[in-house]
Amino acid sequence: MLLAFVVVWTIPTVGLLVSSIRDKDQLAVSGWWTALTPSVSTGASRVGLPADAVHENGKYVIRGNLLGSDTNKTVQSFGTTNADVSAAQAGASLPMRDGGTITVETSGEYQWVSDTPFTHTAGPRIYYTAGIAPRFTLENYASVINANGIGRAFINSFTVTVPSTIIPILIAAFAAYALAWMRFPGRGWIVALVVGLLVVPLQMSLIPLLRLYNGVATTFGTESKTYLGIWLAHTAFGLPLAIYLLRNYMAGLPKEIMESARMDGASHFKIFTTMVLPLSFPALASFSIFQFLWVWNDLLVALVFLGAQDDKLVLTGKLVNLLGSRGDKWEILTAGAFITMIVPLLVFFSLQRYFVRGLLAGSVK
Amino acid sequence: MEQIVGAILTVLIGVAGCVVYFWGTNWLLDRFLATNQSMTGEVVTRRDYLRSQVRPWLFLAPALVFLTVYLIYPVFETARLSLFDSQGINFVGFSNYLWAFRDSTFLQSVFNNIIWLLIVPAASTFFGLVIAVLADRLWWGNIAKSLIFMPMAISFVGASVIWKFIYDYRGPGQEQIGLLNAIVTGFGLPPQAWITIPFWNSIFLMVILIWIQTGFAMVILSAALRGIPEETLEAARIDGANDFQIFYGIMIPQIWGTIVVVWTTITITVLKVFDIVLAMTNGQWDTQVLANLMFDWMFRGSDFGRGSTIAVIIMLAVTPIMVWNIRRANAEEGTR
Repeated sequence: MLLAFVVVWTIPTVGLLVSSIRDKDQLAVSGWWTALTPSVSTGASRVGLPADAVHENGKYVIRGNLLGSDTNKTVQSFGTTNADVSAAQAGASLPMRDGGTITVETSGEYQWVSDTPFTHTAGPRIYYTAGIAPRFTLENYASVINANGIGRAFINSFTVTVPSTIIPILIAAFAAYALAWMRFPGRGWIVALVVGLLVVPLQMSLIPLLRLYNGVATTFGTESKTYLGIWLAHTAFGLPLAIYLLRNYMAGLPKEIMESARMDGASHFKIFTTMVLPLSFPALASFSIFQFLWVWNDLLVALVFLGAQDDKLVLTGKLVNLLGSRGDKWEILTAGAFITMIVPLLVFFSLQRYFVRGLLAGSVK
Repeated sequence: MEQIVGAILTVLIGVAGCVVYFWGTNWLLDRFLATNQSMTGEVVTRRDYLRSQVRPWLFLAPALVFLTVYLIYPVFETARLSLFDSQGINFVGFSNYLWAFRDSTFLQSVFNNIIWLLIVPAASTFFGLVIAVLADRLWWGNIAKSLIFMPMAISFVGASVIWKFIYDYRGPGQEQIGLLNAIVTGFGLPPQAWITIPFWNSIFLMVILIWIQTGFAMVILSAALRGIPEETLEAARIDGANDFQIFYGIMIPQIWGTIVVVWTTITITVLKVFDIVLAMTNGQWDTQVLANLMFDWMFRGSDFGRGSTIAVIIMLAVTPIMVWNIRRANAEEGTR
């Protein structure tokens, strides 16, 4: 039962991964679950002219290879007309309309033998079905990275993500400490405000902020869509959750330590930097993973505050563009999608413990 | 390269700025409101008091500024803009709202959103709970949980590509490369263009979000299940309760609070989600949802008034959850 769930939940991703390393011609004609079995295609090629014939043991023979130099394919069956592609299995012989018989091997080598000299003017066509051996390749990745600007988008994503992860943590940690351990009027109100802001939909902020950014940009004569703008936006949008998580964590730290430090005359600033910050490392780590994944996977904020021009697109935006323009090119899409997933998956699998801890700190106590 | 250097530089400046702010203001505070032996007791007390009153605000100031500018001000500004025309210049009263409730796409989006809200949180929580219970005492339970949790790390767009591939459609007679159609044709049925079938296509989009969110529900619910005291379960077993009775009679009531939290969190996610619809259908074939419709009006229609109106309606939908959240937090605060 559980196994069924695991299979259903894993198969979509596995399918994408397998598809992304398959040969693009195979990807287009067969499902990824057939990746290990040969796929079948049909083809035709002309056999040689009388001039190619050699005379041996009293017979006239034309030799050649139907598949040319394509060593990846194997002939399964062949025929002399389009309608009858499987008239004979590979290795067997068929009579030719122009006289004699032809034998085709699985390798594509053919041998047309006749008792009388050949007289045809155009080489007749031989139709065949060929199995294509499964082939795995990184070509899809190479072409996506080089030709489609994914490399650039990858760097853009990093440029957006790293500052947007570090800055909110610092700001939130100070605020969380104040809310957890300092006594001052209005504290309850601020906590309630933070909790309330947890659920404010992002959509609410977009139009006013866009107008605000445009206003600031016009005043200073600069561009409105900058990295600084998106960093600040991500910082702000991450803050409610960061403050909430960190405050819950810090409030759970042992009271005795704080009190004895206060007795010894340590200021709040000193307690925070020398004791609380190091003790809060697990919470800080889990929030940074959270924020990192969130910013990396974000599409909306990036589209709005960084714009949709090609040079500033982040990975998710790039992928949406590919979906629009290359919706039928699965080799590009699968490889592109996997590139956008690599970093979060690495972060996820290496730091899963902290990530889970962060989730738990915020939701159950 | 230039970009990378720029990014590193800005990170350093940003971080340094934060450090300078916090350290600097605290230093200034200690300096200007310092106390020493030469002062009388009254002055010392007053200065101590002032310091303790000012310092929390120094700690909080940057966070409060951010929250105000990026979250609180926009709520009011959006509400105001929803009463104005497309450029936010002329006051038009409630005509944007009247437009919304007469617009068939808007009504379609509301309808779809309601279906999303009914199905996604329920299904995610249900699957999450079932998996959490199943995986609880198995030796490979943790591996299974990791794999089911994994989609949480993938972006909605990435997940959309994954599922678009599964729903892929080729005409009858051709070999299907989409898994779902391969299964359907395997049973001898005709292949379907899944994402164009009205109504059902919304369900197929919801499957993607359920696939992503189940892991979240599972992790939190399984932690809650661990929190049930072993004696309670033991006592039930001794009284002769079977597994189902234990599940419904003991486990569910014990973790009910957590189930509600998970449900709520996923509900909020559903209201905000727009990437999946944008990437899969962009609202065609009657799959439009409010969040994507708003994005449409904002950028393709460049109509701030209508965009804001839709944002306000989304906000109104989360307000009950917000109030409930705050109440719960306040109640916890009281017991602390």
